[in-house]
Amino acid sequence: MSILIDRNSRVMTQGITGKTGQFHTRMCRDYANGKACFVAGVNPRKPGEDFEGIPVYATVKEAKQQTGANVSVIYVPPPFAAAAIDEAVEAELDLVICITEGIPVRDMIRSRYKMQDKKTRLIGPNCPGIITPDEIKIGIMPGYIHKKGRIGVVSRSGTLTYEAVAQLMAFGLGQSTCIGIGGDPVNGLKHLDVMQLFNNDDETDAVLMVGEIGGSDEEDCARWMKENMRKPVVGFIAGVTAPPGKRMGHAGAIISGGKGTAQEKLEVMESCGIKITRNPAEMGKLLKSVL
Amino acid sequence: MKIHEYQAKAILQKYGVVTPKGIVSFSVDEAVNAAKQLGGELWAVKAQIYAGGRGKGGGVKVARSLDEVRQQAGDILGMRLVTHQTGPEGQVVHRLFIEQGVKIEKEFYVGMVVDRRQQRVCLMASSEGGMDIEKVAAETPDKIYKVFIDPITGLSLQQAENIAKKIGIPMQCMSQAVALLQGLYRAFDDTDASLLEINPLGLVAGDQVMALDAKLNFDDNALFRHPEIVALRDLDEEDPVEIEASKHELSYIPLDGNIGCLVNGAGLAMATMDIIKLYGGNPANFLDVGGGATVEKVTEAFKLMLRNSKLQAILVNIFGGIMKCDVIAQGVVAAAREVQLTVPLVVRLEGTNVDLGKKILTDSGLPIISADNMADAAQKVVNAARIH
Repeated sequence: MSILIDRNSRVMTQGITGKTGQFHTRMCRDYANGKACFVAGVNPRKPGEDFEGIPVYATVKEAKQQTGANVSVIYVPPPFAAAAIDEAVEAELDLVICITEGIPVRDMIRSRYKMQDKKTRLIGPNCPGIITPDEIKIGIMPGYIHKKGRIGVVSRSGTLTYEAVAQLMAFGLGQSTCIGIGGDPVNGLKHLDVMQLFNNDDETDAVLMVGEIGGSDEEDCARWMKENMRKPVVGFIAGVTAPPGKRMGHAGAIISGGKGTAQEKLEVMESCGIKITRNPAEMGKLLKSVL
Repeated sequence: MKIHEYQAKAILQKYGVVTPKGIVSFSVDEAVNAAKQLGGELWAVKAQIYAGGRGKGGGVKVARSLDEVRQQAGDILGMRLVTHQTGPEGQVVHRLFIEQGVKIEKEFYVGMVVDRRQQRVCLMASSEGGMDIEKVAAETPDKIYKVFIDPITGLSLQQAENIAKKIGIPMQCMSQAVALLQGLYRAFDDTDASLLEINPLGLVAGDQVMALDAKLNFDDNALFRHPEIVALRDLDEEDPVEIEASKHELSYIPLDGNIGCLVNGAGLAMATMDIIKLYGGNPANFLDVGGGATVEKVTEAFKLMLRNSKLQAILVNIFGGIMKCDVIAQGVVAAAREVQLTVPLVVRLEGTNVDLGKKILTDSGLPIISADNMADAAQKVVNAARIH
């Protein structure tokens, strides 16, 4: 087991004909079981064509019917990305991973609204994606830095997640699944949702949780963990030095109205029994210490 | 993106939101003429800067004669207005808004933001208007009422009426207040706003409900579909370094330390600032060069950091994933040569082709200090800044 994806997942790429979609579909196909996993592409203007042997369909629904794909990854440009999410939800896929950065919040509010009572789960937008090492990678992370193992990783960032993985690897700790949930204020799975999945996953022994300033997702997750988590969790929150009112790159990384500071998040996490570090160079070391 | 009060009011008026009559002025003479044109015998002379807290900083005055308008306009125009939101350096006032004075009987607060937990727009309202709303929220949270708005149906009549009643809008003003609240939400939604604040919303003589102030911010990701809003941008209000950075698609925020940081990815950039601080240094900036760190981008990033006269050292922290370390190393070397770097440079590379990248740095002959991991990099750059 792992969470959300494994070697049996079948994936379509929405936006497969764009430069980014092509590049990353190729990288993902070349990783582990990617050749069997990446089965379709979608572009309404290019049905019947193929991308290096991967057939392109006009709609998500058709791609699903023809190939049995149950997961989609989206590289569609920001003005059209929310509609791409809607289409995947409408086609009742199990999971949609939206890599696209820069989607208007208003569009995401509507897309999330339409997802109510639907079965589809969403990761992102503005995220690196998800990887179950040595089985399947869906997204833009460098596959080779990972190794199969028993540590779960959940993070709002991209490169900081890679940093966390590299630190785990320095201690010989492989990963069950690594998920970047993205840096936007309105998004799909939150820390809490992912943590619940890790809690129930037989192949995950401990979780490394990486957060950042803005919002209260980390606090919500910490409060839930206090009562429910059966596995050790360690955490780091980026942005202790970030000044209030300034957006730190990610649309969601902003301290506003005195809320969402790194200090506050760290305190709540600690009070809920989560081991935290204030040193981003010691995430791996801390995780090792709780095993 | 932010806009001025007078611009926000002009937008809101299109949605039926009532405001006092006002005219923007760029000089003292224009201000006096504006007051004449508005008529009456009471005017508000209001500094137009993006930051809040203008009243407390002396940027909003009431004038009872044209002479007073002249005097106050002269005092405020060109002043360096310091508020809790501008920082100690303040913001120079280039524009005034002259408004017809109104007799305020009661002040309320109305705000809208996107609520991350509910994933909807949240309308907040309070009977405690005119005050620092953050203080109200902290001290008397029960005086703030919230309602979450359905994105498809919008703010319903029922919701608007309920909240208006709760904050104490008198019955005879109810239909006005409902129309105003619904207008505010339509404006928020249509313009892709990220924040709207009416503080205060005034009940003025003659049972009129009016937006006496207006703050409107927009979602940067949605500006591509709002050229009319982009046209309102006032570059005088923005940090020139941040403007330059945005031209090169760099996310750059100046801070008050002396160690420049150049990092790929926002999360890693924040973590890099944090670790510098943890090892006793002070970051001079947040700088995310993004996924594709090209030679051109890295060069521009160096130039931006070097504008800071306090800069004592630079730390480059790159986790090369898709972007290979050798390509980044070439970029760093080319950039360091082009800008003729005079402060110590510590580089930490990790990821794809890291050995090749490190070799390029060593072979360059430049005095680059190479670091093996984040802790090593932070220690080295803090020391380098200290002895420089």
